[in-house]
Amino acid sequence: MLSRTSILRVVSKLLIPPIGLYALYVQFHGDFGPGGGFQAGVIFATVFILYALIFGVTNARLVAPSWLTRAMLASGVLLYAGVGVASMLMGGDFLDYSQLATDPIAGQHLGITLIEFGVGITVAGAMITIFLIFDGRIRVDDDDEDG
Amino acid sequence: MIASQLPILQVIVPLIAAPLVLLLRRSGAAWALTLLVTWSMFAIALVLLAQVMDGGVLYYRIGGWAAPWGIEYRLDQVGALVLVIVSGIGSVVIAYARASVEREIDSERIYLFYCMYLLCLTGLLGIAITGDVFNLFVFLEISSLSSYVLIALGRNRRALTAAYRYLIMGTIGATFYIIGVGLMYMQTGTLNIDDLATLIPAVADSRTIHAALAFLTVGICLKLALFPLHMWLPNAYAFAPSVVTAFLAATATKVAVYILIRIVFTVFGGVDVFAVVPLVQEALMGLALIGVFAASSVAIYQNDIKRMLAYSSVAQIGYIILGISLASSTGLTGGIIHLFNHALMKCTLFLAMGAVFMQAGGVSIRHMQGIGKTMPWTMAAFVIGGLSLIGVPLTVGFISKWYLILGVLEKGMWPVAGLVVLGSLLAVIYIWRVIEAAYFKDPSNDTITEAPLSMLAPMWVMALASVYFGIDATRTLDIATSAAQTLLGGGAP
Repeated sequence: MLSRTSILRVVSKLLIPPIGLYALYVQFHGDFGPGGGFQAGVIFATVFILYALIFGVTNARLVAPSWLTRAMLASGVLLYAGVGVASMLMGGDFLDYSQLATDPIAGQHLGITLIEFGVGITVAGAMITIFLIFDGRIRVDDDDEDG
Repeated sequence: MIASQLPILQVIVPLIAAPLVLLLRRSGAAWALTLLVTWSMFAIALVLLAQVMDGGVLYYRIGGWAAPWGIEYRLDQVGALVLVIVSGIGSVVIAYARASVEREIDSERIYLFYCMYLLCLTGLLGIAITGDVFNLFVFLEISSLSSYVLIALGRNRRALTAAYRYLIMGTIGATFYIIGVGLMYMQTGTLNIDDLATLIPAVADSRTIHAALAFLTVGICLKLALFPLHMWLPNAYAFAPSVVTAFLAATATKVAVYILIRIVFTVFGGVDVFAVVPLVQEALMGLALIGVFAASSVAIYQNDIKRMLAYSSVAQIGYIILGISLASSTGLTGGIIHLFNHALMKCTLFLAMGAVFMQAGGVSIRHMQGIGKTMPWTMAAFVIGGLSLIGVPLTVGFISKWYLILGVLEKGMWPVAGLVVLGSLLAVIYIWRVIEAAYFKDPSNDTITEAPLSMLAPMWVMALASVYFGIDATRTLDIATSAAQTLLGGGAP
């Protein structure tokens, strides 16, 4: 735990919001330029990993309890598949985004944005879970996993 | 509208159900949802099989993208048969799973078991239906990663090392597969199976394609546990939870065999692989026969019955590969029908062992003593499965052996036919050891009782199916024959 070092504490507090913001930029800029759900998810997860490194895993678990990371893992996949099912219900094939709006191009935009958001949520959830579980392996006793 | 969407529903319904199970968390609800999903998948697979048998190959474009650019699903007879095997076994096993899983897996992890089970089902179904070699790799990884987790859920700590070993070997296999796909892509610029089949003949004589074929064959043979690449299988099957063993033994290796069939007869359908590189045929046939004998002989000396059956699986895969390596209509029919038949019999046997494990606390030959008296129904199912494994007439095993021997004789390979019969005799020995212990020794523990009905019923469904399809094999033979003819008809559309 590095929270006693005030420089690290202050610098990480300064960095965490811009990193999160940058993750959102990469996420939603993904359909115009480089970026997308996977990269954004990893960047977003580094916010939690940095926080856990500086302020300890116990505090990080308060911010990202296991029910939340589990819900992230599941909901991202559900959002992705849900977009596919929605386009099926609207009369197209699975993941045929053109069906999602009256204008096919708008539909393609909407579809790709939504599924990339799903990818982002699941990847961020997976990265945070993997990092926190490594810590949980070391300290089994005060573990709140599945709590 | 629904009818045209069935190919994609076959894959995405279990994919969507898996995260739902993760959110539900309650083991009862998770089981109910999994049961509902697997049975509806079985229904869809049957409808798809009927459609394919009537109307030929089915295509489905994902996202509305046309074939060589977008990912396409492509279902022919052999694919539809594999869908029916996987979803049918999946639904019978899940009906059985509830009691067994409560006994063998920690209660707070049960929902994870169902989640992984659904993902594994997604992967296996996806492999059988996809028409894109890279998409196939993705589904292969989904099914493999989830099966490593399923195996590691076993109570015995050695399950972890078994799963780890499978992970290493499985990853090497998948890597070899993807290297092969990469080499094919380098030469043809396409990943679509039909497109590859059209483009490969022109470049078939290049080193790149030969290397691709070598990587693909070795990688897939690792996955399907062809002797001597089977070393991961016995421990993985022995230490996994009983339900997982029954499911994977009946499906995972079968799907890997399907990949081999798909690559050899469809992707390389335009060129006669076995004529261009005769070594492939000889190697497959030789290893298949050595596998039958080596694995059966090792099975005879196993004390743990699950391990014994695992070795027997390696031997049975030898028979399937033998049928495929003949590359004749009869041989391929024998191989394909043995996919189905072996799934039925191995599932029966492993389900019976799961019941014994639950009631007697173990499945070594010592635990089997007197089980015939204390658990008569379970053992009777085991005997039916065992007879079928040997290939006694009126069981499914006989049908597959009959066609294999016919196929071998067509090619005039008399010694090989003798070896197939001899291999069956080895099965008599290892099955007899269990039957002798179960019926002719006194029970060591009289308090053992028969398994609950929820486990007996699925076990008997499998046992009766392996008798039914042994007596009336016309339907399964029709499907296998037409699958073999489509495959041999050449891949180029």
